[in-house]
Formats: sequence, C-alpha cells, structure tokens
Amino acid sequence: MYHKTTGYRIFNGFNLFFIAAVSLLCVLPLVHILAVSFSGKAAASANLVTLWPIDFTVDAYTKTFGNSNFLSALWISVQRTVFGTLLSMVLVTLTAYPLSKESLNFKGRSLYAWFFIFTMLFSGGLIPSYILIQKLGLINTMWALILPGAVAVWNLILMMNFFRNVPKELEEAAFIDGANHITTLFRIYLPVSMPAIATISLFTMVGQWNSWFDGLIYMNDAAKYPLATLMQTIIVQQDFSNMNVDATQLQNMSQRTVNAAQIFIGALPILLVYPFLQRFFVKGIVLGAVKE
Amino acid sequence: MEQPLTTNTPVRQATHNPRKRTRWNFKRNWPLHLMLLPSVLLTLLFAYVPMGGIIIAFQDFKPWLGFTGSKWVGWDNFRFMFEYPDSVQVIWNTVLIAAMKIVAGLVAPVVFAILLNEVRNSTFKRFSQTLVYLPHFLSWVVLGGILLDMLSPEGGLINQVLAAVGVEPIFFLGDGDWFRVTVVISDVWKEFGFGTIVFLAALAGINPALYEASEVDGATRLKQTLHITLPALVPMIIVVGTLSLGNILNAGFDQIFNLYNPLVYDKGDIIDTFVYRMGILNGKMSFATAVGLFKSFVAMFLVITAYRMAYKIANYRIF
Repeated sequence: MYHKTTGYRIFNGFNLFFIAAVSLLCVLPLVHILAVSFSGKAAASANLVTLWPIDFTVDAYTKTFGNSNFLSALWISVQRTVFGTLLSMVLVTLTAYPLSKESLNFKGRSLYAWFFIFTMLFSGGLIPSYILIQKLGLINTMWALILPGAVAVWNLILMMNFFRNVPKELEEAAFIDGANHITTLFRIYLPVSMPAIATISLFTMVGQWNSWFDGLIYMNDAAKYPLATLMQTIIVQQDFSNMNVDATQLQNMSQRTVNAAQIFIGALPILLVYPFLQRFFVKGIVLGAVKE
Repeated sequence: MEQPLTTNTPVRQATHNPRKRTRWNFKRNWPLHLMLLPSVLLTLLFAYVPMGGIIIAFQDFKPWLGFTGSKWVGWDNFRFMFEYPDSVQVIWNTVLIAAMKIVAGLVAPVVFAILLNEVRNSTFKRFSQTLVYLPHFLSWVVLGGILLDMLSPEGGLINQVLAAVGVEPIFFLGDGDWFRVTVVISDVWKEFGFGTIVFLAALAGINPALYEASEVDGATRLKQTLHITLPALVPMIIVVGTLSLGNILNAGFDQIFNLYNPLVYDKGDIIDTFVYRMGILNGKMSFATAVGLFKSFVAMFLVITAYRMAYKIANYRIF
C-alpha cells in the first residue's frame, strides 16, 4: 500500500541518503585525524590532507612512542583503568545486592538507598573535594584518581535494577538449600547477571580511560598525569612545558601530525572495546531501565 | 501503553506474612550490612565530608589558617557573586547554552529515530546505528583535539569546505557567538546517536495493529507518522525533556573547558569553568565555593522538581 506510492519511494530514497550521510558525518572527523597522523608533515601543514594520508609515513607515531612522558602517561592510564574498574565493579556489585532486597525483609534498605542517591543530588563541589584530597595526602597518588568515584551511583542503580529482575524463586531455593547471602550473591546472582556486569564494566573502563580532569587537579607533578590529562594539556591547552621536547625539535617537525597521532592513540582503546560494548550495551541499558 | 523507561518495580508481596512488620532480622541479614560497609565508608568520606567543607563559602578561607582559623564573613561571598558582573554573565551563559543544548538535543534524536525507523534494510540500519553511537564514547579531550584542528581558521577542514563554496573563513572558537553555536552543534553531533536509543525502544513498543488498521483506512505514511508514531513518542519526549531540565545549570564542563580560550570567556564561560578558574587557578576558594554552592542548591531543587514531574506525568522513577 503506502510502500508502493511514488511519494513514499522518493522519501525512502532521500531518507536512506540522509541517514547514510549523517552516519558518515559521525566518523569522518576520526578518519580525517587518522589521515593527518599518517601524512608527511609538509602535506599536513599545507592543509592538503582530507580523508586519505598524503606522503604516507609513520614518523608521527615513532616520535610519539619515542617520548618517555607519553609512555609513562600511557602506563598510568592503563593502571588506573584496570584498578579503577576492578575496584568500582567490586563495590558496585557488593552494594547493589543488598539494595536489591525488599525493605520488608531488609530493614534499613531505603535508608541506605537514599544515602547513596543523595550524593547524586547534592555535592560539596569542586573546592571542598580538592581540599579533602589534599588533607588526606592523596595528591600525586593513584588513589586520588580511583577512590573518589569508585562508588558510581548511576551504575549502582543499573545493577540494582538488574538484580531485582532475577527471579526471587532462585534465591529462595538457594536459602532452603542452606546458602547464605554471600554464596547467593556469588553463585546465583553474579552468574545470571553477566550481561549487566559486562555492560557496566565496559562503561566504567571507558570512563576511567577518558577521565582527565581529576588528573589535572590532583596531580601537581606532570610526570604523574594519565594520558588523557597529558593530551589535554599539550593538545588542547597547547602547553608544552610538560613535554621534554627541545625547541629546535619542535620547529623541525610538524606538531600537527604528532598531535593527530596522539589524539588517535587516545581514542584507540575506545575504538577497540567499542565492538564489544555495542553488542552488550543496548541490551544492558534497556534491561536495566525497562520494567513492566 | 508500555513505557520503556519506566523503572517502576511492582511492589512484591512479602513472602511470608504480608502484615508482618519490617524486622531487623540481624541474624540472617548481617552479611547485607557488611557488604554495604565499604561503599558506605567511601561515600561518607568522599561525598559527605566535602559537604562539610561548604562552610568555607561563609568564610574568608585561607588554607594556612584552616577551617577554624579563617575569618567568618557571613553571606558576603554570595552578595559579591550577585554584584560581580562576571558571575552574573556566567550564570546567564550557562542557562543559555544549556537551554539551546536541551532543545537541540531533544529534537535531533527524535527526528533521527523516526527516520531510522522507516529503514527496512536491517543491515543498513544496524550499520548506521553503530556509527552514530560511537562519538558518545569518545572523550571531549579527543574530540576537542579533533575540533581544534578541523575548525582552525587557517585551513582547518571545515573552513576549507566553506572556502570551496565561497564563504569567508570563520573563527569558530575565537568568536563568542560562533563559539556558542559550535558548542551546541558539536554537543548534538556527539550525543544525538546515543539519545536515539530510548526513542527507538519506544518506537519498537508501538502496537503494529495500529499501523495495519490505519492502512486499511487508507492513511499515508506521513499521516501514520503524525497520528500514530509521534503521539506514541510523546510520553518519552516528556520524560527525557523533563529530566534534562534538571541539567539547566550544567552546560557541559568537559566540552567547554576543552574548547574555550580567553577570547570567548565573555560568552562561553559557564559556572563550572568559572569555579575552576576562580577557585583553583586564582585561589579564590571561598568565592568559588559560594558560586558552586549556589549552583548545587539550584540544581538539586531543579532535579527533584524534574523527577517529581516525570513521575507525575509519565510514571517514571529512578528506583
């Protein structure tokens, strides 16, 4: 019927074209930066590069990986991503389980829930948090990067909603067989919640990798910057004082290709986990949010 | 009708006696309290202790004098905030940028979801979704780096394209008005794909019988969109719109911070970037905390109101 009308066919053609164009627009900037990073510096500074490298070279990458500051920042980022994600997932799971219980069976449940939710509504703000980290002596330590955000309330809510959907009969059967809460969590809830755990872990990993502001304020020593913070200072703020590059070297190379290479390396882990992320996350979000 | 974002859990009947009062049942439940302990302690330390630090908003805080030694100044910091032209401008910038983002960020995903829903080829559809979700996962540091390069007035890719059609180069990030436009467009560009997820879910929940019936009555696809699809999306649009109102004082710290520069402070500075510059860079800790506290309070009020409205209008609850 309507599928066969000429008007709808014209619309459909335009629609497909429009969606294809919009979709490409979402990745072309990345393709452009990738092309610049592999281009010769002359071509890059003459703005000849669009979507394909000109005078293909891996110089920018050799230079980037030859820089010790870049490598140590990369290592700090890897560490914070691994430890931060592990810690956060342990805490979120341990917290979501009790909160998924009915308040009728677990007195104090609502009080605990509000205790966490309130932190989403109100916070001390930037300066008091900064003073706290300073007083605790966490400046320039990894703890300043992974502890403050470890109890991620939004993830907690997703996880709690997922746990609530686990059939109650499973838990009851386990209890009749003599299990306690700890065995129930590890032997029943965790195995059936793998999609949610995968989704939330991947979100947490992406968050840790992308996080740059805490590094900027809590690390006085630029040598302790995670990669995202280092990139922020040299590419976005154009502050080269943190890099051990001498001025002549800087003049000789086109900073543009090196910047492009660094931007691309910064995005690379996301691009690598993205296929896995994409498979899980729609399901995870919808399951975490949709209730009948 | 089903509402996909509704997180209402039906009240479960108590397994035993429904009339039995809530009990501590500590013998069986102590592991639950134990499991909560680490998170409670961390949250107390990193979320509730800083709330105590808010007192410096009422002091002339000097780090070397500490909380007890610093002079109390009452509401002076707040009074100063409303008298200081910069901070009034900053509040206005924040609301304006956030409002533009909210409107554009609501329209784009709805339109895109409706158009995507018309696509019958599922491979094409999935491919397109994969591409449009991607920017959401990239940080503003990465995207800021890319945009700085592409928007450069000296031969950035965008200005090259504009030059090809005869437009003078535009200094997108160096001119206040263009800066605001750039911020809104780039934010929509980053997030519209991800935003379509909830609307696609809502579209998938529409009863196909409605379309079949309307087709029998001879409705065109346009009529179906106007009279079936759009009305079905309205509850979701209201929920998303209402909830984003709670963010009217969040114009996006990460984005602004990574794109702005002194040239556009007058039109691009928002509360969060202002607090950072005043408090951390200029050392005016008390003043910055007062501005931050003002923001926190208004934001809390807005968020609570928004959630109440969402609950009333569309039965949406977060837990």
